[in-house]
Amino acid sequence: MNNYNPSDGLMKPDRPVGIVGYGAYVPRYRIRGEEISRMWTGGTGGSPVKEKAVNGLDEDVITMSIEAARNTMLRAQINPQEIRAVWVGSESHPYAVKPTSTTVAEAIGAVPNTQAADWEFACKAGTEAMQAAIAFVGSGMARYALSIGMDTAQGRPGDALEYTAAAGGAATLIGPADESVAIINGSYSFVTDTPDFWRRAHEDYPSHGDRFTGEPAYFKHVMGASEMLMNAIGRTAADYDWAVFHQPNAKFPQRAAKSLGFTPEKIAPGLLSPRIGNTYSGSTMIGLTAILDIAKPGDRILMVSYGSGAGSDAFDLQVTEKLPEVRGRAISTEGYIARRTEIDYATYTRYRDKLKL
Amino acid sequence: MEVSRHWRLQKQRYELVGETCDSCGVKLFPPRDVCLECEAPAQELYTFTGLGEVFSYTTIYDAPAGFEHNAPYQVALIKLEEGPIVTAQLTDMALDEAYIGMPVEMVTRKLRTDGEEGMIVYGYKFRPICFEPVVN
Repeated sequence: MNNYNPSDGLMKPDRPVGIVGYGAYVPRYRIRGEEISRMWTGGTGGSPVKEKAVNGLDEDVITMSIEAARNTMLRAQINPQEIRAVWVGSESHPYAVKPTSTTVAEAIGAVPNTQAADWEFACKAGTEAMQAAIAFVGSGMARYALSIGMDTAQGRPGDALEYTAAAGGAATLIGPADESVAIINGSYSFVTDTPDFWRRAHEDYPSHGDRFTGEPAYFKHVMGASEMLMNAIGRTAADYDWAVFHQPNAKFPQRAAKSLGFTPEKIAPGLLSPRIGNTYSGSTMIGLTAILDIAKPGDRILMVSYGSGAGSDAFDLQVTEKLPEVRGRAISTEGYIARRTEIDYATYTRYRDKLKL
Repeated sequence: MEVSRHWRLQKQRYELVGETCDSCGVKLFPPRDVCLECEAPAQELYTFTGLGEVFSYTTIYDAPAGFEHNAPYQVALIKLEEGPIVTAQLTDMALDEAYIGMPVEMVTRKLRTDGEEGMIVYGYKFRPICFEPVVN
């Protein structure tokens, strides 16, 4: 057993585990912040991001998760029948009752010998599924477990969040450390009851606490989780080559990184929100995939998610020699971002089902 | 609504699972259990690569019930690299992009929904190939 210290909160499995495969997905449509501003402020308001990714008419969290999962399987090159869990974290599951995860499991050939479940915790549903996968594999209950963070996020027309609420995400296949492209040295979760953002049952759009979303919500949890994890495993910002934080906009993750002592260069590859918006449950995980697309063996990565309500999951990862060998087997995250078709506000309202006929 | 029919077809719709003939090696899609070439039993499952090219296509402006939400859209005959021709929608492209011979790849997308309360049906569509794998 690992040394279990109730006061440090560190989560580390008995058996070493890591990421065996990873895959991203970003739909091809983009709406610029300026276009949303043109609609609601006559173009006089600024936008917290340059543009955001929008799903097409035939896309939802199920179809997008399937593509990210397939990219993950291309990289991992394992038999899908060896997967013991398919977990999808999202706040835009297509059904209120009927799992997203069973369709994803069926589509990648993982059924029927698998666990499947949908996870929900605002924007950190994907990373909590990763922590559970670490435990599943780390305990020996599973050789591989698939965790996905994916969203087609909802933004009320005219609301501040409409500029950022975007579509996209990523998947990670957790497995034994000796097969991994990045070993997970440990993780930590920082959680409190903080009402910064919510969506009630049967409501189409979320509500939020305006400025309350900053200090007591995002920064307290992201900073808390980052500092606690680094303390527990004896590292500082200087020990990491890369870091990725949840990205509700472009500013918050940059400010958190600066306060923690990370240089802008260390967060640059994973800071995707200016170009794809906030992909909610997908945000931190897709940032990680962009880092894995360029990282070198031996590089250390800090990943910290944030979910409203509120909590943060922090992970310490180290890249292995296997990464350069597998990353070219599937499309890169930047490859998806480069595949871009700009749409206007009218097309956006149709694609996002905001037009009620 | 035919929930059971959608369920029976989901393996072929999600993953392009067809069959291969043990005696002459022909690949079949959709699965028919008997080889179209040599009439031998063909029940060995085969998952198609999903790669192919546009054999022909048309644009649907007046969509049938259940597909109005997507109109206008394009339907194509796709010649899979293993041989069979399948009918499917094209996606992720503008209406003026398609051409005969265009290389395409399979993606799993929403095909239709049965009203606000019914099930969502998923299946294969094809889009322009957006990635060539790098082999190390």
